[in-house]
Amino acid sequence: MFAFFVRRFAQAALVMFIISILAFSIQDNLGDPLREMVGQSVSEAERQELRGKMGLNDPFFVQYWRFLKKAVQGDLGTSYFFKRPALDVILDKLPATLELVFGASLIIIFFSVPIGVFAAIQPKHWFSKFAMAVSTVGISVPVFLTAIMSIYIFSVELGWLPSFGRGDTVHVFGSWTTGFLTRDGLLHLILPCISLSSIMLPLFIRLIRAEMMEVLESEYVKFAWAKGLAPRRVWFVHALKNTLLPVITVGGVQIGTLIAFTILTETVFQWPGMGFLFLEAVNRVDTPLIIAYLIVVGLIFVVTNTVVDLVYGLVNPTVKLARPHGGDG
Amino acid sequence: MTTGTKLQRLLDSAFYHDFRRDKVAIASFIILCIYVVACYTAPLIAPYNPYDPTIIDIMDSEIPPAWLDGGDSRFLLGTDAQGRDLFSTILYGTRISLTIGICAVVLQAFLGISLGLISGYFGGRVDNFLMRLADIQLSFSTLMVAIIVLAVFQALFGTELYERLAILMLILVIGIAEWPQYARTVRASVLAEKKKEYVDAVRVIGLRPMRIMFRHILPNTLSPILVISTVQVANAIVSEAALSFLGLGMPVTQPSLGSLINSGFEFIFSGSWWITIIPGVVLILLVLVMNLLGDFLRDVLNPKLYKN
Repeated sequence: MFAFFVRRFAQAALVMFIISILAFSIQDNLGDPLREMVGQSVSEAERQELRGKMGLNDPFFVQYWRFLKKAVQGDLGTSYFFKRPALDVILDKLPATLELVFGASLIIIFFSVPIGVFAAIQPKHWFSKFAMAVSTVGISVPVFLTAIMSIYIFSVELGWLPSFGRGDTVHVFGSWTTGFLTRDGLLHLILPCISLSSIMLPLFIRLIRAEMMEVLESEYVKFAWAKGLAPRRVWFVHALKNTLLPVITVGGVQIGTLIAFTILTETVFQWPGMGFLFLEAVNRVDTPLIIAYLIVVGLIFVVTNTVVDLVYGLVNPTVKLARPHGGDG
Repeated sequence: MTTGTKLQRLLDSAFYHDFRRDKVAIASFIILCIYVVACYTAPLIAPYNPYDPTIIDIMDSEIPPAWLDGGDSRFLLGTDAQGRDLFSTILYGTRISLTIGICAVVLQAFLGISLGLISGYFGGRVDNFLMRLADIQLSFSTLMVAIIVLAVFQALFGTELYERLAILMLILVIGIAEWPQYARTVRASVLAEKKKEYVDAVRVIGLRPMRIMFRHILPNTLSPILVISTVQVANAIVSEAALSFLGLGMPVTQPSLGSLINSGFEFIFSGSWWITIIPGVVLILLVLVMNLLGDFLRDVLNPKLYKN
């Protein structure tokens, strides 16, 4: 078990190292920090002197080491546009993005489990067939199109829901702002959360149905039936438990994908989150902000993946601890 | 002679039999064929050339489809914000989307199959290293990687140069980001095939590993490759559309379906819904029929794809 933990942490550290190298080489190649600081009016000789002073002429790894030391202390440079530390700018927008992901996850959990389980228990029922047909179509609709179409229907044509921004937010614990506590904030959350969940929901319904159907065929479920247990107990206590194990793994990995899709959702809904900020930073060639986003999102990916693997290793007694990924793909 | 017998064999096969009984698969296949034919003969059937600025008149902009009030019989599906005929632009756009999707998947397949074969055939350290790499790459979402890479390149090249290289960049990024899908599938099949006697036999004959891998093992791993390919093309088209929608893909002057949707987005607030919604529906239908065909292939050929 201990070896498994160590191996998993080593992998996480390696991935973060690669991300930091990438981030640094982007910083090294993209834009000239000197020009951003002093403008065009400084002579070439002064420039060279300043470059020397700032250490821009040092070898790659010397500069990288300096970058890393600062990064570990939370200093990822100052945003050219906002004139504030890039990490602060990103972290200010983090609550908006996380609330979006949270809302979408709630929708996914509350709809996918009942629908998936029902479709597995009653595969011939009209509702199951309907749900499967809808999820096949749903899997083919890109997130940004769901978002655009929901805006067109519910905001432009019907005028029921707002189409952009977060609405009213309130401060909770210090700097965290939330839209979950005001009516206006909740109204603003509805469409973005539905759009964001629209790509994962069909995926999870299909996954839960497939896993559940397989579990229902297994020997121990047949044994539970033979014991004469009530159907509810067999379905929800015996079968569902083992269905959820693989679903949790997939779910953990999909949180990362969900964050990628926030870029699309936030762009459509002008949602003031990290993804929207990132695209603006790209258009302004705001290198420190691009790097800060890369590192923050990379960290979220690595942490969620590591935690999911560790939890899975703890929960599932059959996982091969010595070589967690050495099996057939 | 040979083509005749091959055709006969196909018609007699269980595969064709299953296909003929599956109405959804037939309909999907027909629609996909219409798409392919229509978009690759676009210069012949499109009424206008959307790339020719001399025939575009800004006075024609935002005309609704012909069957609506204010529609113009010259423009069947209306015009976009620049006055281009939407029908022609969609045909050309679908051609770009489909081309990028197919080329990206060819690249994925090439990388994935080669690395998967090497990984499965040689095993040991090479295998460990490649599969760990695949794990890491898959743990990051393809879209995320593509967005960041393209964003950085766009900032690095400047918009003008980037727009000229957009097709190539999209193919490269989507192609490279998804190789683990193929590599894992191929590796799993190779591991199963490697234990069989015919592989021992050719090894005893003394053939070189390259020949064994490509001429003897690869043909036996083709059906899972075929199954994931349909779905991968659909995924690549969606990725391309998403990237173009974010302004990181095809420029508005040479739009794919995604950039067309993007260019029309701001106009839905003023009521010109068709610029966005019609290309959107075209995109959804294309992806849907590919996914349905992928489902059909998976059910019929039934490789153990989703079971590790």
